[in-house]
Amino acid sequence: MIRLDKLIILFAVTLLISCGGKEEKKEEQIKIGKSTTTQKKETKPVSTGTPASKKVDLTNKGVGPIKNLVLDATIDEKMAAQGAELFKTKCTACHKTHKKFIGPAPVGILERRTPEWIMNMILDPEKMIKEDPLAQELLKEHNGSPMANQSLKEEEARAILEYFRTLKKG
Amino acid sequence: MKRISQILFITAVLSLVITSCADINKDKKMTDGALGSNAAEKVYVAPGEHDEFYAFVSGGFSGQLSVYGLPSGRLFKVIPVFSQDAEKAWGYNEETKPMLNTSYGFVPWDDSHHPDISQTNGEVDGRWVFINGNNTPRIARIDLSTFETTEIIEVPNSAGNHSSSFVTENTEYVVAGTRFSVPVPQEDIAIKEYKGKFKGAVSFISVDPDHGNMEMAFQILLPGFNYDLAHPGRGASHGWFFFTTYNTEEANSLLEVNASQNDKDFIAAINWKKAEEYIKQGKFKTMPANYAHNVYDEKTHTATSTMKKEVKVLDPAECPGLVYFLPTPKSPHGCDVDPSGEYIVGNGKLSADLTVHSFSKMIKAIENKQFDGDAYGIPIIKFEDALAGVVSQAGLGPLHTEFDGKGNGYTTFFISSEVVKWKLESWEVIDRKPTYYSVGHLMIPGGNSRKPFGKYVLAMNKITKDRYLPTGPEVTQSAQLYDITGEKMELLLDFPTIGEPHYAAGISADLIKPRSKKIYKLEENEHKYAVKNNENIRVEREGKEVHVYMTMIRSHFTPDNIEGIKVGDKVYFHVTNLEQDYDVPHGVSIIGANTSELLIMPGQTETFVWEPKQVGVWPFYCTDFCSALHQEMQGYVRVSPASSNIELSWSLGED
Repeated sequence: MIRLDKLIILFAVTLLISCGGKEEKKEEQIKIGKSTTTQKKETKPVSTGTPASKKVDLTNKGVGPIKNLVLDATIDEKMAAQGAELFKTKCTACHKTHKKFIGPAPVGILERRTPEWIMNMILDPEKMIKEDPLAQELLKEHNGSPMANQSLKEEEARAILEYFRTLKKG
Repeated sequence: MKRISQILFITAVLSLVITSCADINKDKKMTDGALGSNAAEKVYVAPGEHDEFYAFVSGGFSGQLSVYGLPSGRLFKVIPVFSQDAEKAWGYNEETKPMLNTSYGFVPWDDSHHPDISQTNGEVDGRWVFINGNNTPRIARIDLSTFETTEIIEVPNSAGNHSSSFVTENTEYVVAGTRFSVPVPQEDIAIKEYKGKFKGAVSFISVDPDHGNMEMAFQILLPGFNYDLAHPGRGASHGWFFFTTYNTEEANSLLEVNASQNDKDFIAAINWKKAEEYIKQGKFKTMPANYAHNVYDEKTHTATSTMKKEVKVLDPAECPGLVYFLPTPKSPHGCDVDPSGEYIVGNGKLSADLTVHSFSKMIKAIENKQFDGDAYGIPIIKFEDALAGVVSQAGLGPLHTEFDGKGNGYTTFFISSEVVKWKLESWEVIDRKPTYYSVGHLMIPGGNSRKPFGKYVLAMNKITKDRYLPTGPEVTQSAQLYDITGEKMELLLDFPTIGEPHYAAGISADLIKPRSKKIYKLEENEHKYAVKNNENIRVEREGKEVHVYMTMIRSHFTPDNIEGIKVGDKVYFHVTNLEQDYDVPHGVSIIGANTSELLIMPGQTETFVWEPKQVGVWPFYCTDFCSALHQEMQGYVRVSPASSNIELSWSLGED
């Protein structure tokens, strides 16, 4: 039976491809777990509770080289500018500032995480994924795509953190 | 009947016991140490632990250089040098194609022979390793911070670049001597005009002390002999270089017979400091030439090939004091200098004896002008006057000697298939051990320097026959490791090698390990087509050429959907690996590409060319398993007919 199903789907897909070329909205031909109506129905994820990217934890400092970090009340604009440059070259392959991409968007991150947690996540993502429950949840939320260690120096990660402080919610 | 069979059975059991006892005794004898440790323990490097030495073993007719650990014999890397390597895109990607350029055009193969590690004050320093291409004469320099070939220089006026590539005590020069003499300059003459007409060029290639860049400093045009191997003077003999010769008969046919007539051939002793003086005085001739100099730039990750048009040449007949000949029996192969620099060993391959010349006696003979005639104006020193001693009847077919730094020489004997240990100055044989089979060269880490690490000797064999599981008519090549810390040598390990291992160079791992690069820094990437941030990702058309500026990171390409490519286009994929973490290379190729994959290290940019031939939508993907989402790392290129008006477009995800 399953085989037959697959064949039918394959056939349908083939048909679809051969009919392609026009910019029409195409009907989904794989309808597993969805209602049969053509109307796309909003389905809620099965997971319970808040996704890790929305969770707020302002006490967890994470695991890694940064144990304690107190931020100045005022933003160091020069450092933030350096951070913006670094973010562009080292991070944008996977992060957009205001939108989930491969990984989460950093906008408003300081309202959700401690500065130490952010720095540790940048500086030692392998250790964080192994030992920090929030980092583990985030990994799951982002399809198991682990954050790459971009071999940044501590002051570079610090500059990126400063840049994150300048990101305004749009 | 029953009785007889019982007796037979008991006898069989007894003989088994006896045999195993004998074996135990034999093993004990082999270990020769008070602790009685066994060979397996001595070569066992526990999982996760590192070897004590690097061994750079020539790949012979594979044209490459392999990197092994000693004592384990584990293979770490095959560094592509003279031959294309599809695995690493060497000679296939746009960046490295120029590395294989020569005056004969693109040459995708060579026969690599003799690696030698750079030296400072006569000790191996682990900065570079040099190796020669024998067939189309070239010398390559490999950078030991990246383990990549970074420079190749072609050698003009040369053919069969065999007595190469050996360095002087401070890597002032790497030398390259011709095995085959040829008309210099080349001309259309009868082969029979060989005698007197053909010349043997030995080249001194200078090496920049900071960057290692090579330059053809000068050549010395020697008589038309075959220049087989060479080694530098050191200590007192620093400033001299020694080359073995054979075919001093100057035969041009049936050399097997005709080049084996003379009882003695020569070791050419070349005073290269004198050569420098002559060059300074302007006593050279500038000859027109045509040879390629290929340099890989670490910052642009791109090689360039420049054709050089002339070479400085010295004629020894016009430069007194530059070259002397030391008569040496008989068709000598290896030419080896002991750590003190006093003894020069000629391994006469058709002789049973080893001839050891004395440097100080040679100098005295030169001062006293005790010559025994000359060859093409080059003085011949009387055999006895420079002779230090003879290791007599040590074996059959001596080929090559290295030293342990404790007063002993170790010589390979090809015909009698053994390594013989002998004592310097007393010239007595101390030990001999068989090799399996027909050993060529051997190597002691640092054995061609003032300070050998006299712990192991690695013998490289020419024949392996029954030593390994058979693999059809072509069987594996192999090396064998011996412990040389005791009075007697002990065979520890057989291990397979690539190509035919001619020679090797070894060094303590501590001298290389700390300098080994982990990634290429993105900010230092000056590749013309690098994309260092996602804002610069683009696809550009220049007529029929299309340039894709692409990036890769776990686990996607940007862009991964490209449209507007047409049949007949030449598409350049310039791909930058944005990773900055150790050991995260990505690979890439596309269906039907007439070239190899790219294997791109973190921070590096490489380029491959694709010429789509069919309309359709064609996938590309990452070829190096990079992450849990590696199977998702893929993309599509839409190829439209040549007449199509579809504009170039590219995207990743929804954007």
